[in-house]
Amino acid sequence: MKELMIGNEAIARGAFEAGATVAAAYPGTPSTEIVSSFAKFPGVYAEWAPNEKVAMEVGAGASIGGARTLVAMKHVGVNVAADPLYTFSYTGVNGGLVLVSADDPGMHSSQNEQDNRGYGIFAKLPVIEPADSQEALDYCKLSFELSEQYDTPVMLRITTRLAHSQTLVETGEPQSRELPAYKKNAAKYVMLPGFAKGRHIEVEKNMLGLKEYAETTPLNRIEWGDTDIGIITSGICYQYVKEVMPDVSILKLGLVNPLPEKLIRSFAAGVKRLVVVEELEPVIENFVRTLGIKVEGKELFTLLGEYSPELIEERLLGVDNSDTFGFSAQVPGRPPVMCAGCPHRGVFYTLKRMKLTVMGDIGCYTLGAIAPLEAMDACICMGASIGTALGLEKARGVDYGNKVVAVIGDSTFVHSGITALIDVVYNQGTSTVLILDNETTAMTGHQDHPATGRTIRREPTQRLDLEQLVRAIGIQHVEVVDPLNLEQLQAALETELNRREPSVIICRRPCVLIPHEPAREKYYIDQEICNGCSVCIRLGCTGLVYLDSPVKSERKAIINENSCVNCGLCAQVCKFDAIKVVEG
Amino acid sequence: MEKRKVTNVLIVGVGGQGTLLTSRILADVAVRMGFDVKVSEIHGMAQRGGSVVSQVRFGEKVYSPIIKKGDADLLLAFEKIEAARWLEYLKPDGRVIVNNERIDPLPVMSGKVKYPDDIVDRIKAVVANTLMVNATETAIACGNVKAANVVLLGVLTAATGLPVDKVKQAIERNVPSKALEVNLKAFKAGLELYSTVV
Repeated sequence: MKELMIGNEAIARGAFEAGATVAAAYPGTPSTEIVSSFAKFPGVYAEWAPNEKVAMEVGAGASIGGARTLVAMKHVGVNVAADPLYTFSYTGVNGGLVLVSADDPGMHSSQNEQDNRGYGIFAKLPVIEPADSQEALDYCKLSFELSEQYDTPVMLRITTRLAHSQTLVETGEPQSRELPAYKKNAAKYVMLPGFAKGRHIEVEKNMLGLKEYAETTPLNRIEWGDTDIGIITSGICYQYVKEVMPDVSILKLGLVNPLPEKLIRSFAAGVKRLVVVEELEPVIENFVRTLGIKVEGKELFTLLGEYSPELIEERLLGVDNSDTFGFSAQVPGRPPVMCAGCPHRGVFYTLKRMKLTVMGDIGCYTLGAIAPLEAMDACICMGASIGTALGLEKARGVDYGNKVVAVIGDSTFVHSGITALIDVVYNQGTSTVLILDNETTAMTGHQDHPATGRTIRREPTQRLDLEQLVRAIGIQHVEVVDPLNLEQLQAALETELNRREPSVIICRRPCVLIPHEPAREKYYIDQEICNGCSVCIRLGCTGLVYLDSPVKSERKAIINENSCVNCGLCAQVCKFDAIKVVEG
Repeated sequence: MEKRKVTNVLIVGVGGQGTLLTSRILADVAVRMGFDVKVSEIHGMAQRGGSVVSQVRFGEKVYSPIIKKGDADLLLAFEKIEAARWLEYLKPDGRVIVNNERIDPLPVMSGKVKYPDDIVDRIKAVVANTLMVNATETAIACGNVKAANVVLLGVLTAATGLPVDKVKQAIERNVPSKALEVNLKAFKAGLELYSTVV
């Protein structure tokens, strides 16, 4: 029987059925479930790597060692992995290697919406794009074949809507595969200039072979229908087009790099009006234009965000899909918030109170940037907090450096904060770095990492000791504090900021969503004492509610018992001791 | 239910309310009934107490995993203002089932914005087929507030005429065994709740 699977699970299944035995990834929405699903299959090796570059390198090594290998990451992760990727494209593979790039048009959970089909063009990789979970499984299997046939890593490019939509999948039997013999081959795998020149010739030959393949592959197909309009599309946009225009002629591309020149020409010749429907960059559209074919694309649509069935209906059929009920604009927003009891909340409350310049990083704690905490000045990419803090200090002088902190999570610090901290020590920065150690990768759904001491399968392993690590780098001043103890946190900050030396404060408390013993003390707000000053409300905690009133004396804060986990943070910020522990 | 036509159900609520379980059970039922099924959900930022939506589509052949604006047959809202937020996805003659639950978003908690108390009345004024139920209360009576999602599944089952035994079996497949008893109780209560309010 067919079963429902999200695209990510289907990719993992496809890799398993293709006989892949090694997988590596760093978690990142919307890619995380690919390798976490793969890890559940018997007889395979899967790992959370410290970052995407390492995951790609582990993948390259496993491929050279003969294993079929799956590497998965979110779109911005490919930036981190780009260095090994560009040259692994030259060496080619032994066992097939499939790199999944999970792009995030619309930025549901990302800092940009780059289109990673561009990597296919620049790194000379075939790029394959499925349009539902069945194709995700089938195309993943086929990608391993193509990888070996054309001696190249293959990029399987998906988007959030495919990664996290469930569609019906028919699974197959896993293929058993002999590990091919390992033979030393320096001319193929040692990329010295002399050898690399030879490999570049091979890469171009392989791309020519793939161009031929693109013309005939079942990955690309024409669905003839009404020829007044012909649409070239790929991925999830194919589904949107079929939804609103089921009868038009469609050229559906599953191989989006290299593109099939002859197939496009013959499709274009068979329709009166040619339109490309693709999210983000005009990759297909620009190619069609270089062929001298008249085509419409971004002038009808947009470079921004996700597409939708209504967008296509609106732009191609002129249907007005504006809100019939007119409600959405009147509803109060519901922005994401830190959980009640989150250990990050007190940190940002304190940083704001101390009026510090905060260079931030990627994780749940990026929510410290939004109201009411609003205690972050910049956030660029994974690991950037420490380098940007050093740069800011060098620009504005060491006195300003006393007002600057870098804030980075434990998983993010291991990902790409360590080398920047070495730079701080080496180039005599005085920054104070806060490592918010909640003992997990929380944002993506609680994955382990080197400093949790557990593997992807939750088996115990050597734990990376963050204190020892930062001391070894040369940080002389390392303090470990409880971020729910505001007095301790503020004292540590005051001491470390005033030093003309670099220091690290590790704010250590497990993520509140990790199962733990409930707090023993229960809090309430004494309504006699509370004067409605709303200092506690400025913590932005869902465990507190403000009862507003035109009469000043009637304004009060109360505890929302459905959310409150009794962390006690609000009791520490109340200036009137109105928030008390329930006796007994 | 007619096979050729695609049925679109939009399930909305607040991160943590268990909308995902409801959509997964509904999808499971539709698969067992022989329909083509697609479900769209969004993970990540949306889960952090934000507004969440999952979309279930089933019929003879389904293309898009997301529902076109103005095309949902049924809007199942776990929270009152979430019903209003997603109302533009409803067909002009669609129906709304809304849980009588108020969860204040942060701008309301901090006193910056007022919670629109009359929101369900305003929805009723434009969507005749609007039903408000006390699923949260019912779930508490069944023994666990978290089972409100399955109470709502019961209401939805009764309202749409889905086969009760098939939904029950899907609950059994999708709910961990230790929580099964309370969830089956919640499902039954949801079925009854529908007959008492209609």
